[in-house]
Amino acid sequence: MHLYNLTLQRPTAAIQAIVGNFSGFREQELIVSHGTSLELLRIDTHTGKISSAVVTDVFASIRSIASFRLAANHKDYAIIGSDSGRIIVLEFSVDSGKFIKLHQETYGKSGARRIVPGQFLAIDPKGRSVMISALEKSKLVYILNRDASVNLTISSALEAHAEGCIMQHIVGVDVGFENPTFAALEQDYTESDQDASKVAQKMLTYYELDLSLNHVMRRWSVPTDLRANLLVQVPGGQGGPSGVLVCCEGHIMYQNMDAVQHRIPIPCREGSSADRGLLIVSVVMHKMKDRFFFLLQSESGDLYKVTLEHSDNEVRTLKIKYFGTVPVSTSLCVLKSGFLFVASEFGNQHLYQFQALGEDDDQLEYSSATYNDFGILEDEIVSLDPIIDSQVLNLSSHSDSPQIFTACGRSSQSTFRTLRHGLGVEEVVECDLQSSPTAIWATKHIENDTTNDYVILSFTNATLVFSVGETLEDVQNTGFLSSVPTLAVQQLDSDSLVQIYPGGVRRILPNGHVQEWTPPSGLTIITVAANTRQIAVALSSTEIVYFELGLDDQLEECEIRKAMGSSILAIGIGTVEQERQRYPFLSVGCEDQTIHTLSLDPQHTLECISLQALQAPPSSICTIGNLVHVGLQNGVLLQTVLDTNTGQLGDTQSRFLGTRPVRLSRVVLQDGIEALLALSSRSWISRNRNNTHTTAFTPLLCDALEHACGFVHDICPDGFIGTTGSVLRIFCLPKLKDSNKLHQESVPLCHTPRQMVCHPNNNYIYIVETDNRMAINPPAGTWSSSIHILDPTKGETIACIPLDHTEAAFSITIVPFSARGGQLMLVVGTATNVVQVPRSFTSAFLRLYRFKENGEIELHYKTEIDDVPLALLAFQGRLAAGSFARSIVTLHTQGSRIVVGDMEQSLDFLTYKAPDNRLLVVADDMQPRWTTCSTILDYNTVAAGDRFGNIFVNRLDSDVSEAVDADPTGAGLLRQKPLLNGAAYKTRDLPTSIHKTTLVAGACEVILYTAWHGTVGILAPLSSKDDVDFLSILEQQIRGEQGTLVGRDHLSWRGYYAPVKGIVDGDLCETFHLLSDTTRQITDGSDVAQTNE
Amino acid sequence: MSSELRYTANTQLEHLHARYTGTGHADLSKYDWVTHQHRDTLASIVGHPTLTSFLAIADGESKGRIKFEMTEKMLQPCGPPPRKDDD
Repeated sequence: MHLYNLTLQRPTAAIQAIVGNFSGFREQELIVSHGTSLELLRIDTHTGKISSAVVTDVFASIRSIASFRLAANHKDYAIIGSDSGRIIVLEFSVDSGKFIKLHQETYGKSGARRIVPGQFLAIDPKGRSVMISALEKSKLVYILNRDASVNLTISSALEAHAEGCIMQHIVGVDVGFENPTFAALEQDYTESDQDASKVAQKMLTYYELDLSLNHVMRRWSVPTDLRANLLVQVPGGQGGPSGVLVCCEGHIMYQNMDAVQHRIPIPCREGSSADRGLLIVSVVMHKMKDRFFFLLQSESGDLYKVTLEHSDNEVRTLKIKYFGTVPVSTSLCVLKSGFLFVASEFGNQHLYQFQALGEDDDQLEYSSATYNDFGILEDEIVSLDPIIDSQVLNLSSHSDSPQIFTACGRSSQSTFRTLRHGLGVEEVVECDLQSSPTAIWATKHIENDTTNDYVILSFTNATLVFSVGETLEDVQNTGFLSSVPTLAVQQLDSDSLVQIYPGGVRRILPNGHVQEWTPPSGLTIITVAANTRQIAVALSSTEIVYFELGLDDQLEECEIRKAMGSSILAIGIGTVEQERQRYPFLSVGCEDQTIHTLSLDPQHTLECISLQALQAPPSSICTIGNLVHVGLQNGVLLQTVLDTNTGQLGDTQSRFLGTRPVRLSRVVLQDGIEALLALSSRSWISRNRNNTHTTAFTPLLCDALEHACGFVHDICPDGFIGTTGSVLRIFCLPKLKDSNKLHQESVPLCHTPRQMVCHPNNNYIYIVETDNRMAINPPAGTWSSSIHILDPTKGETIACIPLDHTEAAFSITIVPFSARGGQLMLVVGTATNVVQVPRSFTSAFLRLYRFKENGEIELHYKTEIDDVPLALLAFQGRLAAGSFARSIVTLHTQGSRIVVGDMEQSLDFLTYKAPDNRLLVVADDMQPRWTTCSTILDYNTVAAGDRFGNIFVNRLDSDVSEAVDADPTGAGLLRQKPLLNGAAYKTRDLPTSIHKTTLVAGACEVILYTAWHGTVGILAPLSSKDDVDFLSILEQQIRGEQGTLVGRDHLSWRGYYAPVKGIVDGDLCETFHLLSDTTRQITDGSDVAQTNE
Repeated sequence: MSSELRYTANTQLEHLHARYTGTGHADLSKYDWVTHQHRDTLASIVGHPTLTSFLAIADGESKGRIKFEMTEKMLQPCGPPPRKDDD
């Protein structure tokens, strides 16, 4: 088995964010690390909207990231500490829109190890050097400088190791232009490891880099608070007293060499527990012209503003003040333009605009009983992080592809989100026309107009013309013939319009005069193709008549008529390029399932150049650039490349769009890019992918449109107008430019979701939600839980039923109990007073609920059991429950077999022997994997994910499988053979659910997985040996050609825990588009890889 | 130099031990071995963002708290050292 791994949605969690002028523009930008990818965000300071400039996969795990600026440089660079064992300096190149690796210095082994640096980065504020540190012992200092041609140089590593020291944090100390100094919070275990009576002190140590001697020395070291966790740089030199803030549990200290220490408690909320002080989890220092302040965020989300009063470079007092409350963050970034970016540790990221800096209000600098608004929320970046459970189901009646239902987020910010592949549609206008139009056009009157003047609707026996203004108004006397149906409307030349109807071609000149051409008597026009200079009409006699604008702007009929011999169903012509007289080719699709390319060259007018056979009669043709799109009556779209020199067709790709004949129309988007609108039983838009040569098809998430075209108006720049039956609607696509093609809709939940199940009859989703430590700063073991019922199609909550106090719910399933005649019951596994570390609980229960008519539930009874049930399964009319003692986390069944996933002991195959009423373990895994999710692929094969990010496929030998099933008692088959290892692969994230599903109607089945940080990915089976060979070689070539952005060896990263087997990395293959042309030719001469989705 | 290396005559091995924290030797006690294992595990949890985040949800804490507690735990992950009888 070979699988192709492709990420549908990259992780959305923000692990860390930094701010700087990475492009060299005036406005500051943000770089967000998503763990395995880097994203550059820009903020529009006028509208307060965030936009993504570029996202790059790094194929490594990013552990830390920092920005710095060389003296007198206008641009910031980013330094990355990753698991590659290398320090990386990146520059963002505006020209190529990519991150460029400036330096890559190797210092150690790969992997996120204890003594390999990469965990922490500290930058000298003057940009002269950087310290990169491990969690223990190793610290390296690099000197950053510039050479004569202003290029960045980096020195070799200078060691500042301290044997046996555990690092809590490091930071650069602002010492002005004296020798660069770094502060570290460290704790030495060498003595306390030997002698139980010794207590290890936590030390604040300064390391000074002597620039003249090229040497790092320990400058100063003092004991500090034992529960210190963070250091913050205090401005020095001219602007401040220098030194560091040491954030400790419950208070904040100011410390510096030869300076008085200051200490202040962190204000906490009323009613918070006294056992444990508040911890500061993220911090930002912001320097303004004449002052500076710190924003500190505690683990409960409260922001504090800390200021220092200082004179003569000596701190007088330290002040703290409650500032506001925002979601708990991993990074806070203050922009000079007055924005605060909060990279939330879970859920959406937020951008606030400061309203006040908390200076004028007279709030006591200690009380924080009330909330105040420090700013307004300007924008949000939606994030699924963390996805805890998901289901892939098609619950929507008018959709032929399934939706992904995810339960994500944490505590009060939890959400239930529905993901669909496609673009969300924003409806602007909708009205009923009473009768169904047969075609629709929006056209402008004058070539240089930017917006549409007329909307023309054709009915079976009439044509209606509307003028576009504030509203659509029915207009007469436009020159259009209103008593006939219309075949096409085209803006011709610079200022005239053409109406083509079965009985003729009618040109409406700007002065209101009309020129008309009629076909020979007895013949009618069947179909037509036109652009601003050319018109080709197909007659019922299978002849083609061709018109072209002459030099005197008169429409001249070509003397030659071309008989095709078969009924013409569709013709297409491209647009005339600037400064050109005509488009040189005409595509004609005939009933005999052929498509002809005719020349329009004056020397060879209407000569047939090429001929291609089709699989079905064509229904529509649309030429965009050099791509000829042919829509077929069976719902398939063919995309063929037209050689603009010879007129030959080649390189055809096909795609199934829906069940109805395909209708195509060309639309021009706001940025001048031509796109294709394709209508079948689903509507699609196809446009060039950013910076690549391929097109991406995206479905529109709206009712199927019968006719549609582009509509440019002030209220909707990228608008469309279309009809469904007799309903006319104008809509726009607000997310058209986003690279993310998964549309999200969310419903808020009450607590952190744990598991979900879908009712087979009413399609409601039942979620168990549980939160630990539900109080202010509480101890472990205080839980609150509820069962949330919601209707996923309407996106609304039906009910939320809270459970008893301290009872925590972990699992949920629906069982058709055979003892009750197959009546469906909801079973919820709960326990009281659960403590995770060390594991303990008071009592565990199974709660059984009856379903009411309206989908709500009522408690049937509650039964106490021995162990906390973490997984439940309906099995042959009974209930199977996994227990806490063996930590069973997943259960699946097929036939008489149960597949058990254990939290730390991988997978077991169990078989149920009905005669003895026994469950027997028949096979287990060779490796002790830490399973998080699993799914059955077929009777003998199972796919699962583990806690370390691996996905693996295991298969039981078919002989063993048969022997197990044949044995009536199972007496002879205890632990016969281990499972066979089929495929293994390290994904970028921690898989939390895995499903076997089909994403597109008619396409092959794929394995879809969701992962912790918001990743959604698929593993698509590769069906032919050719595909496997081609993609494996492509992957190998790309891997060899470019290397990853942070210098991690790609193969070793994908084989982090087990060697990669049988899976091709599609994410790497997709980067083929981003290679330069020359590299691409070296890499591979053949076609661009095809992907499923 | 720590006492565990006191008996190691081979300087090359000594160098190896100094360089790679956690490398075992013939006289390694159970306590040392387990402590090293735990420190490696804790460092791995702090070093892998997904694991930190996973624990944070499981235990209802913030990521910052998990990182802090895990790093704190690295000091004596298996409690204080056993009393030495021979010294």
